Amino acid sequence: MNKIAKLFVTFISAITLALVSFTSSFAKVEGEYIVLGSAISLTGKYSSNGVHTQNGYNMAVERINKMGGVEVQGKKYKFEIIYYDDESNPKRAAQLAERLIKQDGVHYMLGPYSSGLTKAIAPVTEKYKIPMVEANGASRSLFTKGYKYLFAVLSPANQYLEVAIDLAVEKNGGKGVKIAQAFEQDAFSQDVRLGILDAAKRTGSEIIIDDKLPKELNDMAATLAKVKAVKPDVLVVSGHTKGALTAIRQISEMKVDVPMLAMTHCDAAKLSKQHGKKSEFALCASQWHKNLSYKDKFFGSGKKYAKDFQKEFGYDPPYQSAESSAALLVFKDAFERANSFDRDAVRDALVDTEMQTFYGNIKFGPGGQNVAKPMILFQVRCKGDDCENRVVAPTKWASDKFYHPIPKWSERS
Amino acid sequence: MDFLIFKAPMLMVQASLDGILLGILFALIAYGMALQWGVMNIINIAQGDLVILGGYIAYTIYLWGIHPAWGVIISPIIMFFVGWGLYKLVINKVVDRDLFISILATFGIAIVFQQLMNFIFGADVVVAQSEYGTTMLFDNSVTLPNSKIFSAFISVLYAIALVIYMKKSKLGRAIRATAQNARAAKILGVDTEKVYAATFGINAALCGIAGALISITLTLHPYVGLPYTVRSFMIVIVAGLGNLPAVAVSGMGLGLFEEFADYILGTEFRIGAVFLLLVLILVYRRFKLSRKREYLK
Repeated sequence: MNKIAKLFVTFISAITLALVSFTSSFAKVEGEYIVLGSAISLTGKYSSNGVHTQNGYNMAVERINKMGGVEVQGKKYKFEIIYYDDESNPKRAAQLAERLIKQDGVHYMLGPYSSGLTKAIAPVTEKYKIPMVEANGASRSLFTKGYKYLFAVLSPANQYLEVAIDLAVEKNGGKGVKIAQAFEQDAFSQDVRLGILDAAKRTGSEIIIDDKLPKELNDMAATLAKVKAVKPDVLVVSGHTKGALTAIRQISEMKVDVPMLAMTHCDAAKLSKQHGKKSEFALCASQWHKNLSYKDKFFGSGKKYAKDFQKEFGYDPPYQSAESSAALLVFKDAFERANSFDRDAVRDALVDTEMQTFYGNIKFGPGGQNVAKPMILFQVRCKGDDCENRVVAPTKWASDKFYHPIPKWSERS
Repeated sequence: MDFLIFKAPMLMVQASLDGILLGILFALIAYGMALQWGVMNIINIAQGDLVILGGYIAYTIYLWGIHPAWGVIISPIIMFFVGWGLYKLVINKVVDRDLFISILATFGIAIVFQQLMNFIFGADVVVAQSEYGTTMLFDNSVTLPNSKIFSAFISVLYAIALVIYMKKSKLGRAIRATAQNARAAKILGVDTEKVYAATFGINAALCGIAGALISITLTLHPYVGLPYTVRSFMIVIVAGLGNLPAVAVSGMGLGLFEEFADYILGTEFRIGAVFLLLVLILVYRRFKLSRKREYLK
């Protein structure tokens, strides 16, 4: 037994040694590879969106490498990503970021999934002055801390539903509207709420219900009963996928009639698939939709991206994948403009980014957020039980007319 | 905006009914917890995760095209064996140890269950559709989802059935005997090992029923089990062990209290208010207990 144990220990140490020497051989640029690092949620509560993110990254790496890679000082390089599973745990994510930077020698990072994890990693990348392009942390607080090495290709959370308020005001003949809102008590949803507060002030709208839902939210009956009693012009809900699913379930069951319903996370929640006709007319904020007319030379259009993604991974790309792919395009562009692997040169090039990708225009504001791309709203529309998301705002990209007001439940079949 | 509930009295009816219907469902979960707490002296942290697993069983049969309401029959059967197996595998090793060990063990089980469910069913939030429609009262000003009424009805039905079973059946008597005095029961020929396994199985089955009902009334996600554990823990704390009517009343009472706290204090204080109530009750109990001790002196 003792012998076996000894043998086992030797074996393990040998493997560890081999691994260490193997991993430390990675550096920022190894041979013809530019090595990027990312902690990503492959297990735990964010695992589905984590996988969407990873698929987006991988798809872009493959495409860029296939189309000639990144040209720096006349030499062609390819992208390669080291992934670690952060188990959807912020502490773990921060540790892994540290490990990627210190042990694996990674000099450029891609973001994790979710605002919470990005918040955990950003101080680490900032400390080591590692440029990080992230695609899945939208919380406003990420962009107010003065981070210099953080760049986000997506619109910040406070912009998610502002468009919806503008739309409601527009439908009301430019006059302010009565808003009922229910937001989960987490960083992201509260940022969305701040955006609504701004929009309400700007448009002279009145907030008549302002409920903060608990994190373990599974029941909104009280909020919805209030909504029924006060009859607002627009109901705004944000509470990740659980919030979206709970809202539609209870709105339909309690027959709550509101002229307009706007929320977040509809596509991640597969709202129209899980709730079918009941979800019709819901407005959903989205970072991206495949029907938008943005273009780039790597993926072509959004439609083409969606087709290729479907072929590769077997499902329609959610916006989490699209924005993750865009992050790689941003890195490629920055490397080529910097024409160097110096971290600060790359960082400065990132600051000056101004480009169009299939995902949208990208230009970073002073806090690192993308200021060039508006949020879009789509509306769930159904034919029989077959529902799809159609872009209705902003008007420039609208493929369909915004259906307003939502018919009363008594008139819906 | 404040105290909207007093301006619109119909809201009070709505809040009361919502609270009571949901409270009944929670009482069912709490009853399972009280049962095995009383019999085995184990606080089951994995209670909520057993509920969610039961929900996923109902959701799975829903995906197969069977109406999810059948889950209230299929899910407890499967969950009974899950509970039985869990007892044989882990719980029997901690059953006569101190409370801390059992909390630790069931906490471990909770984590394993969460990860397994995440692995098998994915991390997406899911719902099963019962298509039961809505009952409208008072000219549409109070609306009750029939799925909630259904789940309250089923909960009551199972609770009554269990009470009768406990009173009349041989196993029920054995369980009650073991709860009163395990050693004496053993001496009198009760196979306490079997009683424990059955108790844990029954508790898991109750969780299975509740889970199936939750799949059609609320939402399912691998990591939402803990709130159900905490909720049933509170109900049991308030009601005391082995007292079904008290569990039912305390379940409904907490449901009601929570709904009214939502209207009066605001949604953000909903859970906080319930915890505050719990603290008050515990302090009150302690106070009563210390008085008693003085009296005994």
